[in-house]
Amino acid sequence: MTLQFSNETKATFDWLVSRYPEKKAALLPTLWLAQKEFGGWLSPEALSYCARLLDLPPSKAYSVASFYTMYNLQPVGRYKLEVCRTLSCAMAGAFDIIEHLEQKLGIPCGETTPDGKFTLATQECLASCGTGPVMQINGEYYEENLSAARVDEILARLP
Amino acid sequence: MIMSNELILSRNWSRAYSWTMASALEAGTYKTAADALRSGRPPGELLDEVKRSGLRGRGGAGFPTGMKWGFLPKDNPKPRYLVINADESEPGTFKDRAILEKDPHMLLEGCILASYAIGAHACYIYVRGEFWHQQRILMQAIADAYRQGFLGDRCFGTDFKLDITVHSGAGAYICGEETALLTSLEGERGYPRLKPPFPATHGLFQCPTVVNNVETIANVPYIIGRGANAFAAFGKYEVNAEGRPVIDSRGTRLMCASGHVNRPGVSEIPLGIRLIDYINDYCDGVKDGKKLKAVIPGGSSCPILTAQEAEQVEMTYESMARFGTMFGSGGLVVLDEDTNMVWALHNLLRFYSHESCGQCTPCREGTDWLYKILGRMLVGKGTESDLAEILDIADNMEGKTICALAAAATMPTRSYIQKFREEFVAHFTKGGVPTDSRGRYRVPATVRQ
Ligand SMILES: Cc1cc2nc3c(=O)[nH]c(=O)nc-3n(C[C@H](O)[C@H](O)[C@H](O)COP(=O)(O)O)c2cc1C
Ligand code: SF4
Ligand code: FES
Repeated sequence: MTLQFSNETKATFDWLVSRYPEKKAALLPTLWLAQKEFGGWLSPEALSYCARLLDLPPSKAYSVASFYTMYNLQPVGRYKLEVCRTLSCAMAGAFDIIEHLEQKLGIPCGETTPDGKFTLATQECLASCGTGPVMQINGEYYEENLSAARVDEILARLP
Repeated sequence: MIMSNELILSRNWSRAYSWTMASALEAGTYKTAADALRSGRPPGELLDEVKRSGLRGRGGAGFPTGMKWGFLPKDNPKPRYLVINADESEPGTFKDRAILEKDPHMLLEGCILASYAIGAHACYIYVRGEFWHQQRILMQAIADAYRQGFLGDRCFGTDFKLDITVHSGAGAYICGEETALLTSLEGERGYPRLKPPFPATHGLFQCPTVVNNVETIANVPYIIGRGANAFAAFGKYEVNAEGRPVIDSRGTRLMCASGHVNRPGVSEIPLGIRLIDYINDYCDGVKDGKKLKAVIPGGSSCPILTAQEAEQVEMTYESMARFGTMFGSGGLVVLDEDTNMVWALHNLLRFYSHESCGQCTPCREGTDWLYKILGRMLVGKGTESDLAEILDIADNMEGKTICALAAAATMPTRSYIQKFREEFVAHFTKGGVPTDSRGRYRVPATVRQ
């Protein structure tokens, strides 16, 4: 089956392309659209599709996507948990949160639970240093007074 | 309601729904831009005003903004671009985020004025990918500005055309470096480019380009609206007998405090106050009454200051330089007496080795070696010769790479080792187990080699 953007996403794509003097500059935004539309990750088909839309070779889309940590080149869980591990957060106890999550979910950082619900990852400074430790769930910040107990509460509320 | 620390940039932050167009209009935002454009003020006048204000870049290097704008070639027929750096990823920094969340319209008015001054008709705001919520706020603000007729083919009903576009990054610290940011905007891997040529002549799409930080541009409406002198009334400016400036730190800065302070967060300070006063008065002092050990003054790439130095240094570009460090991005991290410096440096070197883009061998390999040596030291297996090795590696990295990331890793490394050498030595002579009284500095399995 060949992938294709919905009409709405295609319209967004066309608008995006119109914002740049060179089509190629729309590659990052297009990859974002594709990741959102095609299940939270960029499969080889999705990458080829993006490349085709922008008249680029598929290798270009792969090369660019693989440079940036926020493009998932493998399927991820329904919830991607990312904990900042850089200095200010680490001083505030980020590694306690990371270890707690590893134990709770039974997976090391970088992996997905067998039921496909959670992917656990570390992040570098998320610009929340004053309110660390900080965790992102699918991009949403959870940053005030994060503790192991608070993490449990947050996860328990996820459907 | 003007509070004492609501000086220039934060003066609207306490308004209700301060990020909305309604609030911005009530606060008088966009008036300066409307006046300048409608009265057809010569763009050169705006440029001169910014030059006279003494505004310096708030993204890291502190380069004079007016001078940077003046570098654009006058006779180049290509289009010009204004690019705003909202990549904010220097560890310890979270100030641009505050502007995006609380007063995006101040930034947009700054973009209009700056574009008008330099003759740009397209402006891109490169926002780090993790800030998707902030991107939404900014995009809404831009959409509202188009609807009001402030942006588009006829800004404020004049012949001036300006389009502003938000461009999302995707998780790469290096894209904060201006040339990497431009490469990334062009749809490539975020590799820095060799300078020269500088962005002023060969920037975005090989056209003349100005890259400025969010905070830098957010100052522009105030400077144009109230004049260079009003801006310069904040901060510190001193000239010597020959009339040459010896201290040129005008205006205010958004400082971000994190680490061991009682009140972390963003506050706007007039430049020139003492660093220790900032920690005590704005951040309520060191957390839990502990003693101060060290301060990272402006983001993790800045050489560290000892407590003694922190008592003396002033918050000016010049005073920071006199103490061998930098104002950087304004990300101040306070370390208390219990902090394990080997652990702290190890953490930062992991960051730099992770974020090196890998183009230059000295940086790609060097950051990794430094990180590995520190890992060894941290678990008590270092040697005296490791310390010499670190400095030797640093020598072989600095000035031998395309961009300044290599130096951003080596400069702090040198300072930690020079200023806290005994602690590094104690780690291998006493088999230092990395832990503090609160047990925080043990090495988690995830970072063990
Ligand atoms: C490794 C590296 C990372 C940087 N990250 C940022 C950043 O996140 N935000 C920023 O504004 N400037 C950053 N800079 C500085 C930019 O290269 C550039 O100097 C700045 O955006 C210029 O704007 P200004 O003159 O207004 O400060 C970084 C520089 C280096 C070498
Ligand atoms: S110094 Fe490092 S980050 Fe900069 S271009 Fe070279 S390898 Fe990349
Ligand atoms: S160190 Fe974690 S958000 Fe900055």
